[in-house]
Amino acid sequence: MRRSRLLYVPFYATYLFLYAPIAVLVVMSFNSGDSPYSFEGLSLKWYGELAGNAGIRDGLVNTLVVAAGSTVLSTVLGTLLAVGLARHSRSKVLDAIGVLPAVLPDLVLAIGLLVFYASVKMTLGLHSVLLAHTVFGMAFVAAVVRTRLTHCDTSLEEASRDLGANAVTTFFRITLPQLAPGITAGALLAFTLSVDEFVIAFFTAAPTEPTLPIVIYSMVRFGVTPEINALATLLLAVSFTVVIVAQRMTRLTESLS
Amino acid sequence: MLQITGVSRRFGDVTALADVSLEIRQGEFFALLGPSGCGKTTLLRILAGFESPDAGTVTLDGADLLGQAAHRRPVNLMFQSYALFPHMTVAKNVAYGLEREKLPKAEIRDRVGEVLEKVGLSAMAGRRPQQLSGGQRQRVALARAIVKRPRLLLLDEPLSALDKKVRAEMQLELKRLQHEVGITFVVVTHDQEEAMSLADRIAVFNAGRVEQVDEPVALYERPRTPFTAGFVGASNLFAGRACSAGLAADGLGVLPGASDLPDGTPALLAVRPERLRLGVGPGGASGGGPGGAGALRGEVADVSFYGGVSHVSVVVPGRAEPVLVATQGATQVRAGTRVVLSWAPGDGVLVPQ
Amino acid sequence: MTRSTVSGATAAPRSRRSRAPGRLAFLGPGLAYLIVLLLVPLALLLSYTVFRRGRFGGVVYEVTGENFTRLLDPLYLGVIASSLKLATIATVIALLVGYPTAYLIAQLPRKWKTVALVAIVLPFWTNFLVRIYAWIVLLSGPGLVNSTLEGLGLGPFEFLYNQGTIVTGLVYSYLPLMVLPLYAAIERLDPQLREASANLGARPARTFVSVTLPLTLPGVVTGCLFVFVPSFGNFIIPELLGGGRSIMVGNLVRDQFLKARDWPFGSTLALALLAVLVVLLLLQAWSARRA
Ligand SMILES: Nc1ncnc2c1ncn2[C@@H]1O[C@H](COP(=O)(O)OP(=O)(O)O)[C@@H](O)[C@H]1O
Ligand SMILES: [Mg+2]
Repeated sequence: MRRSRLLYVPFYATYLFLYAPIAVLVVMSFNSGDSPYSFEGLSLKWYGELAGNAGIRDGLVNTLVVAAGSTVLSTVLGTLLAVGLARHSRSKVLDAIGVLPAVLPDLVLAIGLLVFYASVKMTLGLHSVLLAHTVFGMAFVAAVVRTRLTHCDTSLEEASRDLGANAVTTFFRITLPQLAPGITAGALLAFTLSVDEFVIAFFTAAPTEPTLPIVIYSMVRFGVTPEINALATLLLAVSFTVVIVAQRMTRLTESLS
Repeated sequence: MLQITGVSRRFGDVTALADVSLEIRQGEFFALLGPSGCGKTTLLRILAGFESPDAGTVTLDGADLLGQAAHRRPVNLMFQSYALFPHMTVAKNVAYGLEREKLPKAEIRDRVGEVLEKVGLSAMAGRRPQQLSGGQRQRVALARAIVKRPRLLLLDEPLSALDKKVRAEMQLELKRLQHEVGITFVVVTHDQEEAMSLADRIAVFNAGRVEQVDEPVALYERPRTPFTAGFVGASNLFAGRACSAGLAADGLGVLPGASDLPDGTPALLAVRPERLRLGVGPGGASGGGPGGAGALRGEVADVSFYGGVSHVSVVVPGRAEPVLVATQGATQVRAGTRVVLSWAPGDGVLVPQ
Repeated sequence: MTRSTVSGATAAPRSRRSRAPGRLAFLGPGLAYLIVLLLVPLALLLSYTVFRRGRFGGVVYEVTGENFTRLLDPLYLGVIASSLKLATIATVIALLVGYPTAYLIAQLPRKWKTVALVAIVLPFWTNFLVRIYAWIVLLSGPGLVNSTLEGLGLGPFEFLYNQGTIVTGLVYSYLPLMVLPLYAAIERLDPQLREASANLGARPARTFVSVTLPLTLPGVVTGCLFVFVPSFGNFIIPELLGGGRSIMVGNLVRDQFLKARDWPFGSTLALALLAVLVVLLLLQAWSARRA
């Protein structure tokens, strides 16, 4: 059927809208001038400044520590939870609790945890952010693993039980190997979300140990500096690479399976 | 009434239609018959306006059809998958086309009621398509198309999704409806029996080309191309060269047939299974069997009986495929019986190769 | 008889014994974690709504209804109303832009479809704050938009720090969440239904209203929720692009916790925010069941 030309206007506008601001950031990151607004010439000056910025470096380290820790914890807890919910429970309430952290507004979870940490008199630090990120990380891992579980053949597990293996042996020898791709995907998701997470970290981090998003937030809030352009460009490059590689890999695994 | 001239359509390197020309007459029940993938749906979609041909013209009552937008054409299509609107009731589905004509509400109600009555679905008016059986859905799709009283109704394999028994009932019903409403029907099918029993005329399609257009009986008895001979009805085909008595078949001698082809033309001889006569042969008798000249001898390989007809397959030395014979009623021959096959010269049709 | 009873009696406890530790081993750790770090904190927030504020943050365990009466203050109701308004406008704009985009992506050849979809999602996987910052650079006083306009002899304009900028930021941030469910719904739609509609005499606009839109409505609802929910509770975008004034509930909640140190009232506001979203979700579930 013939399509109206008019439809193409919002179509192209969407992509222009999504990419124009990003393109400006990338171009300005190579600016030799001091103004974040007018382009004066090509240079890598801001990347140099960035490398020397201790605040950003510390923020990056903090973020990676939190993300790595919460990913490990989320992956273990989320995988167990997914198997438990799919194979050992029929409760709708437990299902709902399992997805709640993923649908709850981040602000509500953030202040809830802040209030909780205060009332048990826990000092804030990287550990409090790590524990907080695990709450939603676990929910996302569990969701991804569960979709994988529903595609798994339950008769394999039943065969294992029938041959005399108990639930735990069956899990390690039969279920886990089948779930490996789902667990990997869930772990990657948990890691990415944690690296990017701002609101919860903002409320549960100690002022002395900010994560990278918190550092970016304070830089943005207290004025525009071209260093952020360089940082933004690097972050964009990393995200784009990860997404495109992930896309390629899923297509590869799809074509293999 | 509908004139299709030189229509071609290619999809990449697939030729869906190659230089198709057809004329369909007012009030006719016309069938497009061909194997799956031969371009039948593509032709209907061109007529309905969802596809445009690379070349060719289509006129309806003398006026150009291809230039008109799909929603303005006086042509209705009953989709192969029915394409009923799942969010509307049966009555709403049927009323949809009339509402587009901005008819008064009362008239729409009357015409919808009338057509549902005609297809026997008055009781189902308030149901959604998902709550209907396959046969009922098919009738809703039909009602939705005919209620518009189009000049031309296109039906794309309307009965292919139904099981055998329902299909037979529906064939009768289609025929009856066509008589009642007097619309020109063009029905697509890959089932030659269906085409035979429904249509006034049939166009046989093969790989995007029209092989032959004829009335069912003529098509059955006088196929003009090897494809038609093979596709329409289960024919026994013998390859060879035309001669005055019929066909000089490779390795089988002269077989009887009516021929107007010049001697020596490469040709196929088609003989319908029910035209073959089966004689229990006294072993040694040579030459003229029960049916006269050019009989074939062989041994029965298999006998099956259904629908009041016996199907006998006979292995004939010098021919790879068994010859099929259909005889009325039960037969006494058994596997291993030696038999003689014969037919009247008029029952052997020669088709140039 | 006796034998079967005996074997039945031994079989049952064995299977129960092998299931119970399994359940506990799998469900135990995750649920325990979520109870302590999700349900208890939410319960704490809920309980705070009836207590009085402490002098330096925290709470005094003295039951009071003042948090709720304060919530009804026109000042706060106004902020809730303006959050609703801004989130709704952002959702509507995202729908108006997102629907044609999703529609066209669904018509693309298979290869281009994947490319177009990845291109929609890519910005979403870049840091949220960075994307907001990009708009500051673009729109600020000496920014690119103004300098372009000045080149044309116009401006300069004050683009930043108003409600329009907030809406722009919200749409920009959550548009991918609108396009994806819309695309999924449109892609699932049988193209023959649209053809059937045209065949029955409907003009393209009529086909859209009577067939395409009703059948893709679940995608529309999902997309709207995906944009509305994070927009309504947002505090970063109003703060960075809206000039830091308390325009949306998110800012109020944040200020109660980090500036005013009135945790009970902050909790009340946060739960009011949550209540609005829950009501919306229930409405959606109800309308989905009716359809
Ligand atoms: N939109 C299309 N794109 C590519 N190839 C098509 C398209 N429509 C039909 N074809 C090809 O054209 C040929 C004829 O198809 P069709 O008309 O559907 O056959 P029929 O209905 O007789 O089974 C087939 O080989 C089919 O694969
Ligand atoms: Mg077809």
